[in-house]
Amino acid sequence: MAENGNILEAIHVRKEFGGLIAVNDVDFAIPRGTIVSLIGPNGAGKTTFFNILTGVYRPTAGGVLFESTPISGLPPHKVTALGMARTFQNIRLFHNMTARENVMVAMHSRIKGGIWRSIFRTPALKREEAEAVARARELLEFSGLRKKDHDFAKNLSYGDQRRLEVARALATEPKLLLLDEPTAGMNPEETANFTTFVAKLREEQKITVLLIEHDMRVVMGISDRVTVLDYGEKIAEGAPKEIQHDERVIEAYLGSGATG
Amino acid sequence: MRNHVGQEAPPKRPARKRLPTSDWSASWRRFRRRHPRARWILPAFALLLAFSYPWWGLEGPLSAIFNDGLGIDSDTLFNISIYVMLALGLNVVVGYAGLLDLGYVAFFALGAYTLGWFGSGLFAQRDIHFLDTSPARLPGIHLSFWVVVILAGVICAIAGVIIGWPTLRLRGDYLAIVTLGFGEIIPDIFRNGDDIHGFNLTNGVRGVTLMDRPGFGVAVHNATGGVLPDRYNSLELRPWYFTVLVMMAIIIFVNLRLRDSKMGRAWIAVREDEVAASAMGVPLMRTKLWAYAIGAIFGGFAGAIYGSFINGIFPTSFSFQISVIVLVMVIVGGMGNIWGVIAGATLISWLNFTGLDKIGNWINSGIPGSGNDIVIAKYKFGIFGALLVLMMLFRPEGLIPSARRKAEFAEGEGPSEYLYDVGVDEARA
Repeated sequence: MAENGNILEAIHVRKEFGGLIAVNDVDFAIPRGTIVSLIGPNGAGKTTFFNILTGVYRPTAGGVLFESTPISGLPPHKVTALGMARTFQNIRLFHNMTARENVMVAMHSRIKGGIWRSIFRTPALKREEAEAVARARELLEFSGLRKKDHDFAKNLSYGDQRRLEVARALATEPKLLLLDEPTAGMNPEETANFTTFVAKLREEQKITVLLIEHDMRVVMGISDRVTVLDYGEKIAEGAPKEIQHDERVIEAYLGSGATG
Repeated sequence: MRNHVGQEAPPKRPARKRLPTSDWSASWRRFRRRHPRARWILPAFALLLAFSYPWWGLEGPLSAIFNDGLGIDSDTLFNISIYVMLALGLNVVVGYAGLLDLGYVAFFALGAYTLGWFGSGLFAQRDIHFLDTSPARLPGIHLSFWVVVILAGVICAIAGVIIGWPTLRLRGDYLAIVTLGFGEIIPDIFRNGDDIHGFNLTNGVRGVTLMDRPGFGVAVHNATGGVLPDRYNSLELRPWYFTVLVMMAIIIFVNLRLRDSKMGRAWIAVREDEVAASAMGVPLMRTKLWAYAIGAIFGGFAGAIYGSFINGIFPTSFSFQISVIVLVMVIVGGMGNIWGVIAGATLISWLNFTGLDKIGNWINSGIPGSGNDIVIAKYKFGIFGALLVLMMLFRPEGLIPSARRKAEFAEGEGPSEYLYDVGVDEARA
């Protein structure tokens, strides 16, 4: 399936909570190297779908393939090791760790460590740690957090915390980055900066991005494809231009009266 | 590379207040960052003081203050150092990984009973000797004490993993309750283990007595000119104390190395936010099990040498009180900071063993009209309780907190609580 260039595929995904159908039979694919956005009104099932994609929830029916590997039901750290990283809608940094430590935690699946090697601090381990520190500094700088290495995460400004979340996700060396409402709470200027940053991610780091976003300027500005969910169902999919003029989408967002 | 993100954007929101750090501690931190080796100066000095205590504290002019006045005699000294070991072990579990363990005494007991199994006459029908220093005709299994210490560590680690496997899935309060249960179950097994289908595993309430003692054997004794004793005895307590100090030094070393490793970072991340840690690639179960196992190993070490020192182990010696008091040491000292934990353990165990008696004596003799009838030690746990309450009110981060803990309690603005969990179903509202 991956031969067609999709890094992630969700096939007939369905999720029920008790009697409630949160996601209903959604087919979804993310082509490699693109920025795909997932939008929909509040309560459309976006975050549930997101959690299914990241393996947090096991779908009631259907499955998710990441580079042809089924990931439903895998523990989150294994999904991360495969090359998929996420940020959180409500910032979930390690608040009492420094920015650098936050980034280094995320390298967990990429460095060897080892209890004995750590206790005796072998030359190989020292080298590995030094490389990790250097890479952390690089990532922080790339994310616009230069000289914030030793600041506790909770002492960073809101925008910096958002950036640190991305830097941390990048430290897992993802092929696919999932951003859950990254610009929530940002002012227009920060939002614009962030949008350029995401575009740069794709160009410079060759990372595929899935974006859940409310801000339509962000979505329409950088997405290659947009998927719209409403009441747990996929109601539209396509290029931003098409989505903007799709009647079902307008109806979902503005109510049926708006189309008349 | 020019960072273009937010470079020229002035902060729109009021920036979060910086932590109030005094100039002194800031410059000390800067000094340490610049001279990485300098951070060993203070610990080395403290260790030197501890090692030389028998010469300046038990004897000499200062002994009037330390030995007689404060009551830190050689027995107390040994007991204090045992508790420091325990507190350092629990610190890995509680301080680093944030797993509240109310049953830590189980590993202390298991370590002591390991010595009972492999270094006493408990299994009298066997006759196995291996590099031991006990008289050759003694029946029972007698392995070298040093082998037994390692065995105690291994057995405790395995027990830690077995106990941890089903329990570590739980969070916070639930985990605490389950560990409390295990802390009760294990001494109970020892209490009733004298007839397991006819097999006497633990000798029940009568306990195990006549334990093997550490020693280096006659050959080493002679080769070192008598510096290393061939067999420790109950009259000369210095070798015991030095042995515990060496063990403690090893534990401190391992503690520090692990804290600054990939595992240490993962522990703290798990403590901070499990969901985020796991999303960043940290395997929760394995990380927690490691913390639990390493804490258990240290508890096992302490148990083995303690059992040998008191020359007898009884199920009643390993009460819930020990779990609590070790936890109090970690909290009062400063969770997650080795030096704080050592200070807390020293202070509390001193109070526990002789300090409160001494303080009672001072009060009785020093305050006119108080008579001689105040026995402060009777109110021991009341006093510890009050101490804990006062600490939580006025210095919740502990006596010597880590920079991280300090930050945690300097809170107020950092988002410490999440409104909801990813785990919480966010179906359509």
